Amino acid sequence: MDIHIEYYLIVSTVMLVAGIYGFLTRKNILAMLISVELILNATDINFAVFNRYLFPSHLEGHFFALFGIAIAAAETAVAIAIMINIYRNVSSIETKDIEEMKH
Amino acid sequence: MEYTIFIVLLPMLMFLFLGLVGHKLKPIVAGTLGCCSLAIVTILSYITAWEYFTAPRNARGVYETITVFNVQWLHFTDTLHIDLGVLLDPISVMMLIVISTVSLMVHIYSLGYMHGEKGFQRYYAFLSLFTMSMLGLVVATNIFQMYLFWELVGVSSYLLIGFYYPRPAAVSASKKAFIVTRFADLGFLIGILIFGYYEGSYTFATVGASTGFASANIVGVAKVMLPLALGLMFIGGAGKSAMFPLHIWLPDAMEGPTPVSALIHAATMVVAGVYLVARMFPLFIVYAPDVLHIVAYVGVFTAFFAAAIACAQSDIKRVLAFSTISQIAFMMVAVGVCTQAGYGTDAFNEEGGLGYMASMFHLFTHAMFKACLFLCAGAIIHTVGSNEMKFMGGLRKYMPITHIAFLVCCLAISGIPPFSGFFSKDEILTACFKFNPVIGWMMAAIAGMTAFYMFRLYYGIFWGKEAEHDHTPHEAPAAMIIPLIFLSAVTLVAGFIPFGHFISADGHEFTSHLEMSTAITSVAIAVFSIALATLFYAKEKQPIPDALGRKLKNLHTAAYHRFYIDEVYQFVTHKIIFGCIATPIAWFDHNVVDGFFNFLAWGTHETSFSIRGFQSGRVQQYTYVFLVGVLIIVVASLL
Repeated sequence: MDIHIEYYLIVSTVMLVAGIYGFLTRKNILAMLISVELILNATDINFAVFNRYLFPSHLEGHFFALFGIAIAAAETAVAIAIMINIYRNVSSIETKDIEEMKH
Repeated sequence: MEYTIFIVLLPMLMFLFLGLVGHKLKPIVAGTLGCCSLAIVTILSYITAWEYFTAPRNARGVYETITVFNVQWLHFTDTLHIDLGVLLDPISVMMLIVISTVSLMVHIYSLGYMHGEKGFQRYYAFLSLFTMSMLGLVVATNIFQMYLFWELVGVSSYLLIGFYYPRPAAVSASKKAFIVTRFADLGFLIGILIFGYYEGSYTFATVGASTGFASANIVGVAKVMLPLALGLMFIGGAGKSAMFPLHIWLPDAMEGPTPVSALIHAATMVVAGVYLVARMFPLFIVYAPDVLHIVAYVGVFTAFFAAAIACAQSDIKRVLAFSTISQIAFMMVAVGVCTQAGYGTDAFNEEGGLGYMASMFHLFTHAMFKACLFLCAGAIIHTVGSNEMKFMGGLRKYMPITHIAFLVCCLAISGIPPFSGFFSKDEILTACFKFNPVIGWMMAAIAGMTAFYMFRLYYGIFWGKEAEHDHTPHEAPAAMIIPLIFLSAVTLVAGFIPFGHFISADGHEFTSHLEMSTAITSVAIAVFSIALATLFYAKEKQPIPDALGRKLKNLHTAAYHRFYIDEVYQFVTHKIIFGCIATPIAWFDHNVVDGFFNFLAWGTHETSFSIRGFQSGRVQQYTYVFLVGVLIIVVASLL
């Protein structure tokens, strides 16, 4: 039985929207980081799926997905380092406590 | 004659040297250096003159015009370019002698006069700058080089008038001199530009016998524009030479040190206007004789006007200043009364062109005796400590040498033979009578006024009631006496120079004859005026002038206040120009122009202040706005 391309796309869309929603509503920046990971993974799924279904003879989409995973890992490392530093400075990683950069 | 370039270069180098490192030198060292360089320049000038005038005349019977040195500076077209160089012709060589002699005398004199003054080295640097500019002006190969050096003499005059810069009077006098002459120079510049446009050349080339322009292309509209250009150039000359109504700066320029007045404001710079007209003379006489006559009429009025004021001044330097204005006006009249009578023939020098020679002759003699008069005045001021005549009187006992020198020069300026002024003034009067007897008689009368006010000055200083002195007046030091003796000696003999042999309107040699009737008339008038002055002012008590002064109180007050010309200028500049033109423009600038930009700044500030709340620091809010924006763009592009 074939799995249609739409099923994959529905999953990735749900992940994207969930990521965006989480990014906008979470109070904790760690949770916001997880939301960003969701968005990234949604795009990775799209890369792989479009490559697999539309251009089976090529591999660029797969490679792009791998790049995306690597970058997401690096980004997570940097983000967590930043968070640790924020926690050391303001003893909190709640978004309401870190709004110093304003007018 | 390549060495003539050093006549200009040496003072320039001396200016740079004294200006840059002068303050590290001892004053006497700086002064001696200035004098030495000027002595070399003087010797070079004399050698130049000797070589130039002993060289044989060319085939046309004139002294060859030599361009010793020339570099092209700005190139516009093949004919229109601006050069810098050295040009020798009879009048420029004559001016070299005048300038270097008077400048050397002033340099030596200043060693004594300026002794112990603050800024002694700076003074000598400025003197060198002035000498350089003036020499560069007279040897200019083209009208634009002349203009450059013309402005340079203006600057150095400004610097020297304002030498005593802590004194407010000196500062405002220097500004006045600079602004008035600069204003006149605007006319000169416009004249040069019009001239260059229609003539297509700035370079003085040989035309006929005299130095002038190659004027082949004067046709059509140029026939109108060329006289206009020459007239505008004369305005520049009138500004420098203090012709009415641009004379107001010269009396105030007396705020400068007295040797400076002798050099710049009596002998050299102020005659630059006459020199300019003489330089352009070949064009004036052919294309614009009417403009030349305007020059003459302006000159006649200025001569009379200044002589009238000089009769009522009490500051001795002011008397001399007005006398200078009057005498320069004599030169202007002389060159202005030239006509085309006999043009192109041998008779031209005797007929229409006599005034040209007379003017240059008077320039020469006047430079010597007026410089001497100023230097005498400097010696007197040096010992008395005031410019006012009422603090003088009876000085002949204390300053015998100055007294004799002053008397010699007074006799010269009054036109008593055998002093130099007699000969040159006689030529001027002859030329005036040839042009128009009315002008001739007027100039003769003004010559009488000259004799009167000069002897009023003479008696006021050396005779009359002796003023109270804090200390006994004494003769000036040797450095100041030597120039006086030298210049008065020159005054004694300069009249016998056969000037027509060297300088004449068309360059040909001619011998001027003393016109007996004119000579007798002018001498009679001069003697009468001197006698009148003697009667009025020689005694300790002066009942006649006092009575006259009471009777003609208004006239005397008006003349004392220089006929209120300065007040007229004050009114025109402050009330009319500042009040009616400058103030509305300033209002427009402050309110409309500035207001517009203030509004822009205010609007930007207010707008940004009201929207600064957007920058809340909350990352999620930014993201939300961003997301909404992206969605809007997406929806819009879909639709």
